[in-house]
Amino acid sequence: MSFPRRRESNIGPPPARGRQAFARDPSSAFVRLDLTAPFSIAMVLLLAALVLLPMYWLLVTSFRDDATLAFTLENYRHLVADPSFFKPLVTTMWTSAAVGFLCLAVAAPMAWFVARTDLPAKRLLRTLVLASFVTPPFLGAFAWVLLGGPNAGLINQWYYTLTGLKAFEAEPLINIFSAWGMVFVMALYTFPYVFTFVANSLDMIPSELEEASAIFGASPLRTAVNVTLPLAMPALLAGFLVAFLQSMTLFGVPAILALPAGVDTMTTKIWSLFQFPPQLGLAAAASLPLLLITVVLLRAQRAIMGRRGYSIIGGKSTGMRLMKLGAWKVPALALFAFVLGCSIILPYGVLARTAIVKNWAGPLAGNLSLEHWRFVFLEFSGTKVALMNTFILGASAATAGTILVVTIGYLSLRRLVWGHRYLAFLATAPVAIPGIVLAVGLFLSYTRPPLVLYGTLAIIFLAYLTKELPVGFQQVSSSLKAVHPELEEAGRIFGASRLRTLVDITAPLIRNGVIATWILIFIGSIRELSATILLFTAKTKTISVTMFDLRESNDWGPIAVLSITMLAITFAMVAAINYFTDRRSS
Amino acid sequence: MKKPFAALLLAGLAFPAVAQETTPAMVAAAEKEGKVVWYSSVDVKVGEAVARVFREQYPKIPIEVERAGSERVFQRVNQEMQSGIKNADVVNSSDASHFLFWKQQAKLAKHTPPDALKFPAQYRDPDGTYFTWRATLSPMGYNTNLLKEAEAPKGYKDLLDPKWKGKLVKAHPGYSGTALTGTYAITRALGWDYLEKLSKQGVQQLQSTTAPPKTLASGERAVMVDGNEYNMFIEIQNKSPVKIIYPVEGTPFVSSPTAIFSDAPHPSAARVLQNFLFTPKIQQLMVDEGGARSVHPDVKEPADRTPLSKIKLLPDDPQGMLPLITEIKKKYTALFGN
Repeated sequence: MSFPRRRESNIGPPPARGRQAFARDPSSAFVRLDLTAPFSIAMVLLLAALVLLPMYWLLVTSFRDDATLAFTLENYRHLVADPSFFKPLVTTMWTSAAVGFLCLAVAAPMAWFVARTDLPAKRLLRTLVLASFVTPPFLGAFAWVLLGGPNAGLINQWYYTLTGLKAFEAEPLINIFSAWGMVFVMALYTFPYVFTFVANSLDMIPSELEEASAIFGASPLRTAVNVTLPLAMPALLAGFLVAFLQSMTLFGVPAILALPAGVDTMTTKIWSLFQFPPQLGLAAAASLPLLLITVVLLRAQRAIMGRRGYSIIGGKSTGMRLMKLGAWKVPALALFAFVLGCSIILPYGVLARTAIVKNWAGPLAGNLSLEHWRFVFLEFSGTKVALMNTFILGASAATAGTILVVTIGYLSLRRLVWGHRYLAFLATAPVAIPGIVLAVGLFLSYTRPPLVLYGTLAIIFLAYLTKELPVGFQQVSSSLKAVHPELEEAGRIFGASRLRTLVDITAPLIRNGVIATWILIFIGSIRELSATILLFTAKTKTISVTMFDLRESNDWGPIAVLSITMLAITFAMVAAINYFTDRRSS
Repeated sequence: MKKPFAALLLAGLAFPAVAQETTPAMVAAAEKEGKVVWYSSVDVKVGEAVARVFREQYPKIPIEVERAGSERVFQRVNQEMQSGIKNADVVNSSDASHFLFWKQQAKLAKHTPPDALKFPAQYRDPDGTYFTWRATLSPMGYNTNLLKEAEAPKGYKDLLDPKWKGKLVKAHPGYSGTALTGTYAITRALGWDYLEKLSKQGVQQLQSTTAPPKTLASGERAVMVDGNEYNMFIEIQNKSPVKIIYPVEGTPFVSSPTAIFSDAPHPSAARVLQNFLFTPKIQQLMVDEGGARSVHPDVKEPADRTPLSKIKLLPDDPQGMLPLITEIKKKYTALFGN
């Protein structure tokens, strides 16, 4: 079982030090012959255009008047002075922080149980955490409307039935249409980041210290708090920051859960500025705070993760001794049951139920119907277009992205030419660009000559490609690192060209890693909503925006059918990743 | 292709009241164009039902329906026009002022469907560009499982009673043309002051006016402040526990025209579709299955619906609303959120 690493797990510009093993480049004499250098420069330019052009237009537009294009600070003044912007910013900040804390409170103990104790069914639990991880958060939000709507939501209906209370008269058990409802659902699909960070870090900390603490008579709780917690602190902090950033940039969840309560976040606010006539200067100005916050927090995270103050955190230790939980197994499993029940079991259940009943809020008896399936696949003219577009976009972004990251990965990791550092930096930089901010930038760059891409799939393709670069780069780098350059050097010594060495030696060795990269980008692309929402037109709709359109008219049956379709595709792809990565010999 | 078309346009200018029948030549030209693209704000299932009949009648003209709320349709069409994208052939919106806007920009083609000649004058553009394809009301409503008839509110002012706090649901004028038309009518009848008080009632804010009837039917809210009458009829046909309230202050009347864009990529197919939409067959289907009101004189209203003549209406006023749209949306959003 391998856990695909998403973008946030390793971020920022390339390491300035390290990899001395490759400092001596035996092939420097050949570099000039093989066109590696001009090729590399071309790659730097291509990447710069891809990543920096949207950011350039974002900055320029934010200082311009939409109509006259004259320089102005009015957009920023408006941003600060108008409470309808300030309030969403405050909401975004506190809800994202709340998600971060909630994730820590839940995911850190979960990770500890899995890494350090004899909890049963760990493999299954890890698989379910992975399932929460790949579930698009907006699907979770759809499901939670059906579960946690204050009066008709199924959980509240059960609650009213059990307690004999009446809807509207009593307070509901859950009111999902609220800022806290939004925080809850965001946390359900963000906690896997924290879980992975902490679990991976605990895997790296040898258990001897904890054993020592136990030998000196400390209780397991005391050991956990006084020994393990400080050791895992960097991972906890980094996990918190990632959870914060993830929540800050989500669009679907707040649009589905907070807007009905009259609560705006920055992402929904930016989106609303694209109502006709679009207020581009304002949208650009409103995007920049999100960009700045992301950059600052990622720097902070990097500083925390990069600090190697704890010398004991070395390689993976052997013979980890697991703590016996005994009776504590029950509450531990209850925690997993609650979290995974809320993120996976209940949502999937309610989507499956909604897909096969006429009225989602009614009882099952007499309500069963395949009407929604018939409608979605036989009647609804949006389905075919959306499925086609989604596949074309997913496959092309994955293919182009994989080629790009393999090339960049190779050039920068082997430090072949001048510019390799910029390549790696540019490939990881999009991590700091929230999806909706990227979309504003792309919209500004490609709705005007010389290159009008708006209205074509190309602009959405660029968004997906840019957004997925860091994930792909990360994945490919780890595969490439496993291939020692000596193997390639051997090929070169026997007179093979660099290209030939690549094809005959490196390619077969990294094949599975490359396939995994392709699938990872594909999965990331088919679920994308926050950038697509600003870039699509009627001809270029994807499944995600089709579902979002159906949400605005509360057509929950068709939404459930499309959700199940999307989940089925995603899980087929995840199974494929596992197949390929499990076979990877490293 | 282009020349006879220009002649048609000229003919339209000279004799605005002349309708253009669907001729075999028009159908043949449409089939050659390959498809027709219809942007509409009608409920997605009703729209697809109309498309299904169109496919049966014109199997060689594939039809694509792009549904979104009227204001969203407006946003997408204008964004596409600005970027030089020609995708939409025929457009339907429940915000009649959109047609005034497009007409001012010379974006609408002149074409009078034969059936539209029979419509009363106020449902026809005198210059022959847009016609009221359907009309709907935006009444109030309640869930009959949650409220008895006697407990249900009678009009808008009743909704300010604290007992309705947290029980109301409403669509958004930033998304829906029906909601916008209704909001304008309500502010003219009761003033912004009324909406300000209403916004303190914990109203669940949805987007489309197709949504509140569905939310009402699910029991998530007890009373809807606005929503499509036609979706209420559909819910009632499906035996959902809902009832319509025609508010004592009057019910907003919303006329929902269609028109052909002057730079429609499939001009002949667009004309075939536009003519088709106004035929008695489709108008009757819209009334029977789509719950709409039709202004076609040959259409029969089902007996169980309150006839328009018995309902106090708040008429729409696209002319008056057009210059105020941005302000209405802004004020509303400040009170109720996005």
